[in-house]
Amino acid sequence: MTDATMTDTTTAPLSARHLTLAHGEHTIIHELDTALPAGQVTAIVGPNGCGKSTLLNGLARIHKPRGGAVLLNGADIHALPAREVARRLALLPQETHAPEGLTVADLVRFGRHPHQRWLQQWSEADQRALEQALAAADVADLADRPLDTLSGGQRQRAWIAMSIAQETPLLLLDEPTSALDLGHQIEVFELIRSLAGQGKTIAMVVHDLASACRYADHLIAMREGRILRAGAPAEVVTTELIEALYGVTCDLMHDPASGSPVLINLRRVAR
Amino acid sequence: MTTRVRYLIPWGLLLLAALASLLFGAGSLPWQEAASALVGQGHEDARFVLLELRLPRLAVGATVGLALGVAGALLQALTRNPLAEPGLLGVSAGSAFAVSLAILFGASTATLTTLVAQAGALAGCALVLAATRLQGTGQDPVRLVLAGATVTGLLLSLTSLLMLIDQRAADEIRFWITGSVAGRQWHQWWATLPSLALATVVILTVIRPLASLALGERVAMGLGHRPGLIRLLVILVVALLVGAATALAGPLVFVGLVVPFAARALAGADIRRTLWLCLPIGPALVVFADTLSRLLVAPSELPLGVITALVGAPVLMVIVRARRMPTL
Repeated sequence: MTDATMTDTTTAPLSARHLTLAHGEHTIIHELDTALPAGQVTAIVGPNGCGKSTLLNGLARIHKPRGGAVLLNGADIHALPAREVARRLALLPQETHAPEGLTVADLVRFGRHPHQRWLQQWSEADQRALEQALAAADVADLADRPLDTLSGGQRQRAWIAMSIAQETPLLLLDEPTSALDLGHQIEVFELIRSLAGQGKTIAMVVHDLASACRYADHLIAMREGRILRAGAPAEVVTTELIEALYGVTCDLMHDPASGSPVLINLRRVAR
Repeated sequence: MTTRVRYLIPWGLLLLAALASLLFGAGSLPWQEAASALVGQGHEDARFVLLELRLPRLAVGATVGLALGVAGALLQALTRNPLAEPGLLGVSAGSAFAVSLAILFGASTATLTTLVAQAGALAGCALVLAATRLQGTGQDPVRLVLAGATVTGLLLSLTSLLMLIDQRAADEIRFWITGSVAGRQWHQWWATLPSLALATVVILTVIRPLASLALGERVAMGLGHRPGLIRLLVILVVALLVGAATALAGPLVFVGLVVPFAARALAGADIRRTLWLCLPIGPALVVFADTLSRLLVAPSELPLGVITALVGAPVLMVIVRARRMPTL
């Protein structure tokens, strides 16, 4: 049994119960139980191919489960209408692309789709949400710039602004910093932290364990479609876990400022 | 150039093309007499030529351009491929094959119903979809286009085969298949209006979700849309529009390619703005091409399909030779 069950699945905003996800014949996620703690940033980590992105897509209702269920506020997410889910849960996939010339404001307007009815015009509430999202992601100055003229970090903040405009209590991000350099990574992670500070429940797939430890409140460590450990980074990250996840040995230090674990002296385990 | 001007230019061009098509060609009538008939004066014969020959032809040309331009823009948005046009998804070919089959069984081009062409368009589409389903790749837009090209090739060969069977049918098919709006009458135009109305309603329903598909399937789903349903509806609309256009004018090539290309050049990639601009550009292009087809070798006429191909082929070259393809 993993630590994930410490969070009650009936009160968590988003949880998985005996969730099994498969691509065709190939089972990726095996009867997994987990829950996202409300108002916190959860990072899903693990080696390549461990199923972390698949799990995120499953939680976001993109990937239909082979068995078990994803519960959104306790209700089966696949029993809810797609629009209803989109008002409560926003997803930012790993690879995004936009038509040439699309401006930041154009993009962020898409975030209002779940709130708009057929033929309904742009409302005052939509406009307010747009402006707030642009401000929250610090892209208000870039509103009229085409996405393809922005830096990687600015572009990613614009995409996050679209998710903010969706005004959902839940935000799921798949490797939000994967194509960014260090400075832009920090820019995006700090934005994600500030969103959690405003009460959003956030889950993100993160490639880099060090960043996950630094920016997440809750860690889900996965291998081969199962959760090895889950909990606060300072508690769950041990040299044993890192060896089990990545097949490397290392020493652990703790960041004097944040107390989050820092990996040093990494070596591959001779097997 | 301000946005307003950019949006007004195509409407201005459409107005010019419409005037030219009323004043020149199709029935020997000097343009001065045509002009006076246009303002409600002049000879009765002149009014007849204007109202019963040129006006229906103008309406038919405009409708064909509208339908093909909008269908092309929808298909390109759906497949996120700037080269996609109705010819690519087996839509035009299916339509042409159905019409040819009908001609072989004794129908003449004058009595053809829109429905036959639309059924053919839909069947062509369905064949493409079935082919992609068999491979289990129904969700992949690029393979969809590849399957469409295959089906198009097959249907065009079958159409050629039909022309070998019967000499009378071959002549009539050959005349129709090059594409023309000559001699079309009001009742043929009226017959397409229900389809256009239905297509309009569906487009209004599906336009916002379709625009979101440009951001990727997962983003669209995350926004609460259903990509599978959007695809199905768009394909139905394309079949409606292309079938109606093909029934009226034969399988015109390149219109579905050129019109959205021009619209995007003026409005950018968003499908909603592109569609608005296709409304004047499509009709302007076909009406202009039709007027040219009457004037170039007057008093006889070139087939309209030849002119649209002459206009369209260079545009295709420009798109393909551009250093990078515009992403949709």
